Formats: sequence, structure tokens, C-alpha cells
Amino acid sequence: MLGWELPPHNSGGLGVACYNMSKALALEGAVINFVVPYQAEHTGIDFMTVHGATPLSPLERYNLGAYDIYNGRDNSGLGDMRAVQQRYKKFVEKLMKTIKPDVIHCHDWLTVEAGVRAKEITGAPLVVHVHATEFDRSGNSRGGNQLVHEIEYNGLMMADRIVAVSDITKNIITSKYKIPADKIEVVHNAINLAELNDGYKYDETTYKYLEALKSEGYTVVSTITRLTIQKGLFHFIRAAARACEKYNKLVFLLAGDGEQRDELVKLAADLGIADRVFFTGFVRGKQWRDAYSVSDIFVMSSVSEPFGLTALEAAHYGNALIITKQSGVGEVLNNIFRYDFWQEDVLANQIIGIATSDALRESLQRNVHNEYSKLSWNDVAQSCSRVYGLVQKGIVV
Amino acid sequence: MSKRGIVLYLHVHQPYRVRNYSVFDTATDHDYFDDTANKQVFEKVADKSYRPMNALLQKLLDKHPDFRLSLSITGPFIEQATQWAPDVIASFKKLVSSGRVEIVAETYNHSLAFFYSRSEFEYQVKLHQDKIREVFGVETSVFRNTELAYNDKLAKWAEDYGFRGILAEGWDPILQWRSPNQVYRPVGTKNISLLLKNYKLSDDVAFRFSDRDWNDWPLNADTYNDWVGMSADGHSIVNLFMDYETFGEHQWHDTGIFDFYENFVGKWLGAPDNTFYTVSGAIDEFSPVSEISMPNTVTWADTERDLTAWTGNSMQQEALRYIYAMEDDILRTNDVQLIADWRKLQTSDNFYYMCTKWFADGDVHAYFSPYDSPYDAFLYYLNVIRDLRWRLHQNHHTGGLNG
Repeated sequence: MLGWELPPHNSGGLGVACYNMSKALALEGAVINFVVPYQAEHTGIDFMTVHGATPLSPLERYNLGAYDIYNGRDNSGLGDMRAVQQRYKKFVEKLMKTIKPDVIHCHDWLTVEAGVRAKEITGAPLVVHVHATEFDRSGNSRGGNQLVHEIEYNGLMMADRIVAVSDITKNIITSKYKIPADKIEVVHNAINLAELNDGYKYDETTYKYLEALKSEGYTVVSTITRLTIQKGLFHFIRAAARACEKYNKLVFLLAGDGEQRDELVKLAADLGIADRVFFTGFVRGKQWRDAYSVSDIFVMSSVSEPFGLTALEAAHYGNALIITKQSGVGEVLNNIFRYDFWQEDVLANQIIGIATSDALRESLQRNVHNEYSKLSWNDVAQSCSRVYGLVQKGIVV
Repeated sequence: MSKRGIVLYLHVHQPYRVRNYSVFDTATDHDYFDDTANKQVFEKVADKSYRPMNALLQKLLDKHPDFRLSLSITGPFIEQATQWAPDVIASFKKLVSSGRVEIVAETYNHSLAFFYSRSEFEYQVKLHQDKIREVFGVETSVFRNTELAYNDKLAKWAEDYGFRGILAEGWDPILQWRSPNQVYRPVGTKNISLLLKNYKLSDDVAFRFSDRDWNDWPLNADTYNDWVGMSADGHSIVNLFMDYETFGEHQWHDTGIFDFYENFVGKWLGAPDNTFYTVSGAIDEFSPVSEISMPNTVTWADTERDLTAWTGNSMQQEALRYIYAMEDDILRTNDVQLIADWRKLQTSDNFYYMCTKWFADGDVHAYFSPYDSPYDAFLYYLNVIRDLRWRLHQNHHTGGLNG
């Protein structure tokens, strides 16, 4: 298994997905060698062997995250993305001399070159798991970096089977990369309830000011995400302003950081709602969970979101969900509001509706809570096993 | 000796669907209904169901002197048909003019008013009777409530109002050992007869006809004729009650539903002891065999035979509470347009679209709605309620805006 991050050294959902998928696969009896591009302790991971491909620390690698748009600078230092990928590939080449995998399972463009190389060396079938494409990361508008596209395309061509995390992603792979649909299996992500039910208790003092507003009848609308173009946050802020025109007891919580932060702060001020929008900066651990807990409504405003695990986490912490039709997680949920990412008035309308009707808010919160918890990583692992089976039986040429 | 007969009763209805009415429309735009979409749906169903089925019914009436049926036709249907498909109204009028097609009374707006406001309920029944008299030139004497929602109190009300008959579901837990193929008398009444739907034989056509997973698929007229004959054996009537749109809309033309029904009617009437009765005809012909009591409301809907698909969740309960809470304020205005809008919003379909019980099971396909989700249905409805409040407040200085 070739990945880019694992908890606690992850910057987002890719690490969480890889961790849970591997754990469920290991429970099914798979022996997993998981390669990451850094050196670190992974306490609590005893179900597989984790290999560090470079001497970098996880922190040094944070700027080379799974989600960052590759800027194309290739100045060949060890800190550079391409250089890390080369080191990673070299490490995998060496590793393939000591272990003989039945299947090579790699995740996204970051590791796909190493995956292709491993396939060349061992002859083992290659499964390419697509959590996001360059079209998603670039917000679909500009199409992203050409080199990354080529790496993705090459990997998708070389793959024996492709796993996409949603129908949306599958559609991108078929329409933009021209890969035949029958080579692609959709396996939606899931949520690890055991991990969330670890004795966590909401601390009302973390967001004390928001709690005070809530006690005065305000509704907290949140989004917990990287503040980046993919997430459609300009539309979100404009929708917030539209909603405030009609209903004044709303506050908006933007938890996370990213290159759009300053522009978003400025936009909120331009629209005259600066005091209604709370920017927390990057949050982890308790602050991160408390952000979900203080919130009544969670919005996923993404322009292009292959899956969107945070929506399931938000459901777990009791939020009503509003999700763009461009987000894959919407494919596994019924009890939500949906809108197209550019429909600011529709989003505003939905926010006001939930904020002004207890019946609507409680129905959405309760019903999605019953729904999300049925999504299990064991089912994901079984789907992966099925894909492995197809690959090994040589059904795919 | 009376002939044994089929009592065929078809329910004809199209709601006014509320458009995607936004909070930005509230207090600005008072046009709640999506005329374009409503017209489109109406024309589609007219082509698929109303036109071909009325042609078939006319043919059967012309061919078989013993063929009879009963129809309930809602106010919103008559209004929309008049506006968008006058030929459909004309073909219904022609059926009725045969003297062998009876019109059944109901609430004008296909509402659940009986359970929320007796005065409004009675007004809608009268409104419907007036409309039927105006359009078809006939009087009604048998009542059916929306979704066949029935209880002992409703039967008592119908008797007091002057109806001779009333329709309900022939539900096993109520009937127990008794057959639905008899005329009954509602408990505590003297002059009104109760006809109970034979749901097995009705649903064979209405729900199962095109179901390829059904053991008896494909159903042909001979088999069905045998089943109805066996069921009728030793009894007087078989009550086949269903939505009119079964023919052509729920069961598409290519399932063979029209040919099937034409053949079945011919085969049934091929036996000299068989006939068809209208609902009044059955009541004239047969005296009630015994009393039936339904203290709790029974409907013809879902496996539960209750109103949970309309009133089961908190959104539906809120919406119903809001709309009926306005009754006095709305009626006091004498604002014809406002009152008409308020009545259209009482149509039960509005609340059905807010049902989440199939959503909870993940069985979203079990349910038909013009909206993306039950939450959208509620959201748009809520925005309309607010606009009604705004109109009351602004134009008539009554009511509060609260929320």
C-alpha cells in the first residue's frame, strides 16, 4: 500500500481514509506494507508495517501535503515535492526486492509513479485509488498543473483496476482522462465510529462567544475545511451575506486555514458581515471536534469534492448538512439539503429555513445521524478485496 | 335474486405543486404555484392516462349496458383540466351523461381538513358538491375522505350531513373473519352504508400488475376474472377501489393494462349472473349485513394503513398546525385570492412530499415527489406560510409575523 500520510501525521482526509481502509483490510487477513514519505512513530498502528521512505519529518512534509496544489517549481532540494516523490520511488524499488506483494494499491498522483514502478518490478497488479484529481484540487476552473495531469493519466492507464471514491470522481476519470468506465469501481469512503466515540466530551468553553450567541437564539453555520479554491468559499460567504439580509441571528464559523484566508476576511468585510464570520485558523484535536460540536449547520460548499469525509464527521456531532451537488459524500446520504455550488440564494434559503424551524433542523440532524453511521470501513475493505480478487484472477487484461 | 357485481371506483386527482419558493420570494412574490410545471405534469398524465382511459371507459359503456363505475374528481383536478385540457373535462362529462357513472363526494381540495377543522372540512365538501353540480349537473350522495381516511366519527358526520354511503379500506385487522365483499353499516349510524375496498384484488391491478418479481406476473384477464369470481362467490359485491391514474400512469400503456382491463370487463360481463354497480347502486341493491367499528383512523395507504405518510413527522405536523392556525384570520379577510391560495395549500400532497419514512429506510424510490427531498418540500412550504402571514399582516392588519 503506497500512501502519503497516516494519522496522526495527516493534514486531512486522505490519511484518515488510508488508515481505516488498511485497518479493515488487515482485519480481513491482508498483510500490509504501508509506505509513507517521512519518518515518524505511528503509535497504535500494529496491524501493518509502516515504512518511512525518506528521512524527512512529517512537519517538513506538511508543505508538501496531499492537498497542496503543486506549484511546478522544481529546484531539486530535498524539500521539493518532485524530489520527495523521486526518493519515495527509489525506496519502493528497493522495498520490492525484499517483499513480494500480490497487489500494489497506491493512492493519488503522489504515489502513482512509485506504484507503476513497483508493478514493473514485481509484475503484481496495480490498483490506483483516486481520492482526488488535479481537476478537483484546482477547483476545476483552470484545470491545474499539466505535469500532475500527465502523471495521473499515466498511472490511470497503467492501472489494472481503478477505485474512485464517488461517482463524481468516476465521471471525471472517464470524461477528462478518457479511461473506460468498466475499469473503474466506485467505493465510497466510510466513517470510523469507534475512533470518534473515544470518550470525547464537548467543551463549551472552547468557543465561548459562539455559545453565548447561541443562548441568545443565534444559529451557528460552519464549514471545517482548508480555505482553498476547491472549497467554493467565496460563494459560501456571499450566501452568508444574503442570508443575513433576511434573518439576523446567524453566525458563520470557518475553521481551517489556507491561501484564501485573507481574501475571505476581506470579502466578509466588503459585504458588511465581518462580525458574523469567525475564522479560527488551523484547528486540530479538541478544538477541531469542538468546532463541529458548537455548530448547528455544516455546509460543504466545494466546487469539486471527490468525497468529503468531514460531512460525515459533522453528522456525527449532530449537525444538519447542506452539501453541494458537486460533493461525492452526497451520494451516500439522503437526509441532507443539496445545492449547486454557485447557487448562493439557494444556500441562503436553506440556511434560513433550518435556522427558523426547529422541526426542520431536528429532522435533518436526527435523520442524517441515523444514516451516516451505517457507512462502515469494513464494507470498504470488502469492496477493495473484491477489486483485488478481480485483479488477481486476471479478468482485467 | 340480485346479481353479484363489481363496484369499480376510481379516484381522479392532480395537486397544485408549490414551486421552489425561496425566502427571497417571501413578502415579495405571492405566486406560489409552478404553473409551467403543473401544466406539464397535467398534459403528460392527460396523454398517458386521462385521454386513453376515458376513451376505453366510453367504449366499455357503449358496448356493455351493465358496465358501471364511480369516480371521485377533486377540485384541483377540475380547475387544472378546465385550464389546460378542456377536452378531458368534456370526456368525463360524456361518461357521466351515460347515467351509469356516479360521482363520489369528497373535500374540494383533497385535504385532511376533517382532522384539523370541522368547519373548514364541511365547507370544502359543500364547495365540491357545488362544483360537481356546476360542471357535471349531478348530485352526490356517497362520500369518500382523502386517502380513504375513515373512522367512526367521520361516518357519523357523513350520515348527519345526509350522505347515504361512505367508502373505506377493507383492512384485515378490522374485518377479521368478515369479508369486504358485503355492505356494512358504520357503528352508531342508522341510514348510511359502508363499502369496503377489497384491497387484495384492487392492488393486484393498481400495484402489482407490472411487477415482474410478482409470482403471478404476467396477469391475464382470464386469471383475474377467475380470482374476482372466486372472491365474489357467495357474496354480493367486490369493491375495486384505486387511483384512476393506475391506468396509463402508474401502469404504463406498454404493460398492457388497457387491453387487460377491456378484456376483463368483457369476460366478467360474459357470465349472466355478473354485473357492475355504482356505489349508490350497490347500496340500493344490498342491505348492510352487520355493523363495523373503526374507532381509530384507517386509510388505504401503505402497509400501515394510517396517515403517517402525511402527518408522521414533526415537519408535517408543524406545517399542518401553521396552515390551520390561520383559518379564522384568512377567512375573515374575504380576500378571494388569499382564501383560494390557503385552500390549495391544504391539499394533502403538500404534506406527503415532506414524508421522511422511506428516506429513513433508504428506500427513496418508493416515493414520488417533485422535490429533491422532503426537506426541500417543507422549506418551500414554510416560506409560503410566511408569505401568507405577511399578506394577512400587510393587507389586512391581522395576525402576527412570528417567525
